[in-house]
Amino acid sequence: MRVCVKLTLKRSVLDPQGEAVKQSLHALGFTGVDGVRVGKLVEIDIAETDRDAALAQASRMCEDLLANTVIEDFSLEVS
Amino acid sequence: MRSAVIQFPGSNCDRDLMVALESAGSRGAEVQLIWHKESRLPPGLDFVGIPGGFSFGDYLRCGAIAARSPIMRSVVEFAVRGGYVIGICNGFQILTETGLLPGTLMRNAGMRFLCRETELAVATTESAFTCNFAKGEVIRLPIAHHEGNFRTDAEIERRLDQDERVAFRYVDTPNGAQGDIAGILSSNRRVLGMMPHPERRIDPSIGGTDGARLFASIVGALASA
Repeated sequence: MRVCVKLTLKRSVLDPQGEAVKQSLHALGFTGVDGVRVGKLVEIDIAETDRDAALAQASRMCEDLLANTVIEDFSLEVS
Repeated sequence: MRSAVIQFPGSNCDRDLMVALESAGSRGAEVQLIWHKESRLPPGLDFVGIPGGFSFGDYLRCGAIAARSPIMRSVVEFAVRGGYVIGICNGFQILTETGLLPGTLMRNAGMRFLCRETELAVATTESAFTCNFAKGEVIRLPIAHHEGNFRTDAEIERRLDQDERVAFRYVDTPNGAQGDIAGILSSNRRVLGMMPHPERRIDPSIGGTDGARLFASIVGALASA
């Protein structure tokens, strides 16, 4: 089963990378861009057929390694 | 003083840190290089150094994978038992990832990799690392990082201030760090994480000796402990 982990910076955390991308988009003429936040996507193939069990494992992986919960939120999706 | 320097794939300041520790402890300094796959630190250690570099290519987040290396479990136990640990640059990032130090190091505010000399104010002399300095004294050490922008929540910053756990502050913050913080201490004051590189300023021929004073502080404090 494949679980997609979406990692995003918490709203309260400044994202200088997103700011730089926003400025670049403005320079390209996309003047309507109000905000950009850059995150990460991690796809994990888990040898597991039960959806909830796979999600529970992925959630533990996020707590233990994939996310820095000081600054990041994560969301999970089975695909 | 018996020290260990931990080496990860991508560490690049490990040898410099060894030389700094060796030359600070003029007599009987014993410094071992320990590969990250070792599961135990050697017995009888006084001090552990986590060097700078780009451990595991900075994949995922700087220091994230190194912090979960087999040896780091033993380093955390060592620190929890009251052992002395310094983490420099990537070493600081690794220490925050283990939870031994609070906060995190984010991308520099200006998005640039910064490699240059900085001025630092010594914010506390109440530690083995800073007891050779004067409080408020300005020293010069180089930085070389892309992720040195220290961030933490307001409550933790308040506690760091209140307990005088900020070791060094930038005189003119190069990377956007909250509170101009360049280095912090653990609550027992025996773990120091800092972005600037003291191991690169241990000899006049390579730009200065302010870093050597930090290592001399450690050796002196541990010898009298």
